[in-house]
Amino acid sequence: MKPLITTALAVLATSAAATAGEVAPKDVTFGEYGAVEQSLTGKPGDPENGALVMKTKSVGNCISCHEVSALKDAPFHGEIGPILDGAGDRWSEAQLRGLLVNAKKTFPGTMMPAYYKVDGYVRPGDAFTGKAAEEPLPPLLTAQQVEDVVAFLSTQKEQ
Amino acid sequence: MKTRTLTAVAAMLLAPGFAMADPDDDTLVVNGEIEMVTKTEAPDHMSDTYVDTIMSGWHFRSDETQSLQMDDFDNSGMVFVDIGRDQWNTAEGGEGKSCASCHGTPEESMEGVRATYPKWDAEADEVQTLAMQVNDCRKSRMDAEPYGYTSGEMANIEALIAVQSRGMPVNVAIDGPVSETWERGKELYYTRTGQLELSCANCHEDNYGNMIRADHLSQGQINGFPVYRLKNAKLNTVHARFKGCVRDTRAETYKPGSPEFVALELYVASRGNGLSVEGPSVRN
Ligand code: HEC
Ligand code: HEC
Repeated sequence: MKPLITTALAVLATSAAATAGEVAPKDVTFGEYGAVEQSLTGKPGDPENGALVMKTKSVGNCISCHEVSALKDAPFHGEIGPILDGAGDRWSEAQLRGLLVNAKKTFPGTMMPAYYKVDGYVRPGDAFTGKAAEEPLPPLLTAQQVEDVVAFLSTQKEQ
Repeated sequence: MKTRTLTAVAAMLLAPGFAMADPDDDTLVVNGEIEMVTKTEAPDHMSDTYVDTIMSGWHFRSDETQSLQMDDFDNSGMVFVDIGRDQWNTAEGGEGKSCASCHGTPEESMEGVRATYPKWDAEADEVQTLAMQVNDCRKSRMDAEPYGYTSGEMANIEALIAVQSRGMPVNVAIDGPVSETWERGKELYYTRTGQLELSCANCHEDNYGNMIRADHLSQGQINGFPVYRLKNAKLNTVHARFKGCVRDTRAETYKPGSPEFVALELYVASRGNGLSVEGPSVRN
């Protein structure tokens, strides 16, 4: 039974607060233009997993709004936000992190959701059930997933 | 509309595959005789938006889906009109009455009715939707159980009533006693809800014509309700659709029939003033 218990504890730890060594959503500090300098995990992200997060509907679902040529193996890319080809040329790692954590700090009023934010919502719901949920909500992406997406986008260079 | 046009042009140049996303210019004539207004000038109250043309959701669907609404033999929604007619003629409740007992045939009594709801009900001193009126009759005149607000039975009766106004312009009043409710509805339309912090306007005003994953965003008009959706193969009511859209923002939804959704329905209906009543329409 030991492995089971360990997993259970690990789950508890992630849902209660950020795991040790991670920056919790409420502790993130933004620069004047919305960039976040400090890594949320202190470790480099995994670009391959970042790509997966971006494509997967139940996870980042970024391609519902953005077209990304490098992710064309997944169907149906949206047209709400800019095409993300070359995002690694246009944005530094800190700026990309800021866009993921809370894009409204970079683009006030943008339609892009905040992926590492837990409260301050109007009628927060329990995922897609339509039922009420108490804040703080679990963030849409974990610290590690944010870092993975930042790592992937940093590889998106056109020149 | 300038920015939108520029964006569209830019998108076409960059990605030819996406050029199809704009609403098309087809015309909707049902059964070769009912000419529908599916695009027209936005009503005056929308002058504070940059929407200058309002468009039926029909324009945003594929040619195949569009064609299903052009002939009643292909429109699966019409099956439910027939079921609605049976309900209309069935006596129920303590008074032993049917809709027909008071209203005769729907052709005689219901022409033009769909086009003006929701509207003020002086007796109840509130804004009333068509569904509320139906249940009001069932309770007070038939002594029958009300239909569930988004039930199949309600959708059927709504389809039967809507079809009597097909082709007539939506003409919902927004001033006088309804103005407060209308303002509330407008506020709800622009409120960004849920963990995704999205409002109706984010999708249906700022981004109609754009793809959101596999969906082609329309203006979210309700002139075509009730809607037969290929996706769930049934008739869908306005409040069920609102509930789905709010749920998709990862929010706590409002309840069908709630004051919030009644207000939102009045406001959204008024954004379609001038479009033809299309119900029952066909969408995916
Ligand atoms: C609901 C729509 C939506 C979703 C979902 C979304 N975005 Fe965005 N995103 C936008 C919009 C709109 C902008 C443009 C900012 C503005 O002007 O409002 C944007 C901007 C960006 C930018 C800067 C674009 C550039 O190159 O100039 C990046 C990078 C980005 N998003 C990444 C992501 C990632 C990664 C995800 C998923 C984890 C994501 N977005 C999910 C709508 C969205
Ligand atoms: C995240 C995006 C999003 C948001 C926010 C949203 N909707 Fe929608 N809505 C859709 C999509 C996608 C569809 C299906 C395609 C279409 O008809 O636009 C749809 C369809 C509809 C339809 C059906 C239109 C037809 O012709 O059958 C109505 C009505 C509607 N929405 C109203 C609303 C209202 C009112 C709100 C706010 C309470 C809202 N929507 C919020 C995405 C959204």
